[in-house]
Amino acid sequence: MGERIVISPVTRIEGHAKISIYVDDEGRVESAQFHVVEFRGFEKFCEGRPFYEMPGIMARVCGICPVSHVLASSKAGDAILGVEITPAAKKARRLMNYAQVLQSHALSFFHLSSPDLLLGMDADPARRHIFGVAAEDEDFARRGIRLRQFGQRVIELLGGKRIHPSWGAPGGVLKALTEEERQEVAGWIPEAYKSMEIALERFKAILDGFEQEVRHIGNFPSLFMGTVDEDGYMEFYDGRLRIMDSEGNIVADGLKPWRYETFLAEASEEWSYMKFPYYKPMGYPAGMYRVGPLARCNVVHAIGTPLADRELREFRQRKWVVRNESFLYHWARLIEMLHCVERIEELIDDPDIVSEHVRVKADRNHEVGIGSCEAPRGTLFHHYEVDEDGLIRKANLLIATAQNNLAMNKTVEQAAKHFVNGRRLEEGMLNRVEAGIRCYDPCLSCSTHAIGQMPLVIELRGRDGELLDRLARN
Amino acid sequence: MSVKTLTIDGKMVTGAAGESIFNAAWNAGIHIPRLCHIGGLSDVGACRLCLVEIEGQPKLAASCLTPVEEGMVVRTNTPRLQAHRKLIVELLLAERNHICSVCVQNGNCELQDLAEGLGIDHVRLRYQFPRLGVDTSHERFGIDHNRCVLCTRCVRVCDEVEGAHTWDVKGRGRNSMVITDLDEPWGQSETCTSCGKCVQVCPTGALFEKGKTVAESRKDRRFLKYIVTARKEHQWIR
Repeated sequence: MGERIVISPVTRIEGHAKISIYVDDEGRVESAQFHVVEFRGFEKFCEGRPFYEMPGIMARVCGICPVSHVLASSKAGDAILGVEITPAAKKARRLMNYAQVLQSHALSFFHLSSPDLLLGMDADPARRHIFGVAAEDEDFARRGIRLRQFGQRVIELLGGKRIHPSWGAPGGVLKALTEEERQEVAGWIPEAYKSMEIALERFKAILDGFEQEVRHIGNFPSLFMGTVDEDGYMEFYDGRLRIMDSEGNIVADGLKPWRYETFLAEASEEWSYMKFPYYKPMGYPAGMYRVGPLARCNVVHAIGTPLADRELREFRQRKWVVRNESFLYHWARLIEMLHCVERIEELIDDPDIVSEHVRVKADRNHEVGIGSCEAPRGTLFHHYEVDEDGLIRKANLLIATAQNNLAMNKTVEQAAKHFVNGRRLEEGMLNRVEAGIRCYDPCLSCSTHAIGQMPLVIELRGRDGELLDRLARN
Repeated sequence: MSVKTLTIDGKMVTGAAGESIFNAAWNAGIHIPRLCHIGGLSDVGACRLCLVEIEGQPKLAASCLTPVEEGMVVRTNTPRLQAHRKLIVELLLAERNHICSVCVQNGNCELQDLAEGLGIDHVRLRYQFPRLGVDTSHERFGIDHNRCVLCTRCVRVCDEVEGAHTWDVKGRGRNSMVITDLDEPWGQSETCTSCGKCVQVCPTGALFEKGKTVAESRKDRRFLKYIVTARKEHQWIR
């Protein structure tokens, strides 16, 4: 008779999920699943709405990465209008996207994952959170919070508010930076560089202490997908998709994001509300691919900014790094944050960034619009079909986190098999399974309210449902 | 022209004979809430938000339709009136689908301002969630019935100022809807002159300019004063 261990809810992630671990008679882990237990329904309830409202509605998908949805949605709207937006609008959108990647990554690394990394996987859960980190190293925690504040502030200056800015629109954006705002952004840059230097040094110094985790949390071959520019450099706003295998071979390159349906497909499983996208030519589930920071750092030829490229070279030179370890998402995330600071500095030096020519007007000209960009967690697609009056007939959202679904399940299973002993539950073992999920920084809904405050209940049940063991974290 | 003197909220106020309590109060700086009234158009007393208490009368009176009388004592903001107004706005919010956060008019909406002013932080009634459509068949404008409060400003401005009478109301009670022509898609209306006056007087985001995204819509009503004074007083002033 086997058993099932349930971790519900998974803590320090964005959204609601649970993990089931299936254990055999000997107490060995047979398999594990990551279930997403919430349902949002955006694809359905935006039907019948005018397409130019979509950026504002879609911003509401998520409180952490509203900007990604605003941008993908605005780009889909541009496609329905059939227009090329102005260079100034493009730069403003890029600026907001970098600010958003920076703030979202800061949240993931400092607020959600640094407690595991700095205090240890087995630290007392009562203090394994950002405040515990602050008690240990106040400057480090403060820098993390300030980095997030920097990104949020740029979003606020452009979009009027930090969360859910209704700023993007089909045909451009509503507002550019003013000269005063540009100077305020510039004032944040030196501190951001210093904080990134400290965070990267700290992470690299402690990484060797996590060899077990690196080897056994999400270390498996898979495909990787990310957006690159025409020369193969890292790109977040607009480019072509590249797919690479775990050996570093380019499987497909120059893929047009608006033709995503020709190379990506979605499967579904009855035990999760999240879809399971896969690379079509390899089938399901063999076409498993990863997106997000690790994938982007893998697929690019180089990043394209000097400081981040120096870090990328070191990332690629570590002797046991073979580009497959999901635990290194954390490192890749830090490198991307540094890249974002460099790009923000570049963009605010551009005279176009204060130009007011940020909106072009047109009517509905096309029936279908597909927009894509790199969200903090990976490639995001918004696909709309409209009727002749411009009302949404069908919407499909392919979210970055969903594209990591197969990999997250595999990560959970691998971590559970290595760390969990079904006969003797320990909190630290289960935290490592959760940490596997945190590597991907999944964004399951739209808020941060799960930050270590929700009770974690783990139940060990027999196949007939009897409760064998129970651990609760309050 | 005879002048009437009355007391509104303890303040001595004067108004011309035949003038509404509402106007006399506003001229004296006492702002009574309203939704269907808009200066320059006829009044219909539909929204009931401008109800006031008149001493000696057991019934509440719609101030937009009640003329001033000599010696009248009027109260515009008693706890009883506040409770009624709060309920009226809650009824409006519950009747259709008013989702401020994703509305073109968010931040510039008369219904939203009223709710905020009355301290409505939740609705005590069950939301009806009716399934209502959006008509964007017109080249420049759209109507979202989810956000319509049936104030009929659009009907009146189209009839009284533009002279087209494209808009009207069909159905009764909660099934009432504003319609264009004989309930045809707006884009197919033969009477609509595409002047956009209806859009500008609409208090919510029900009537909007196409292409506007969330919170982007602003209404400009200066035209109403311009046209009405030009017509009545032959003065072309803004």
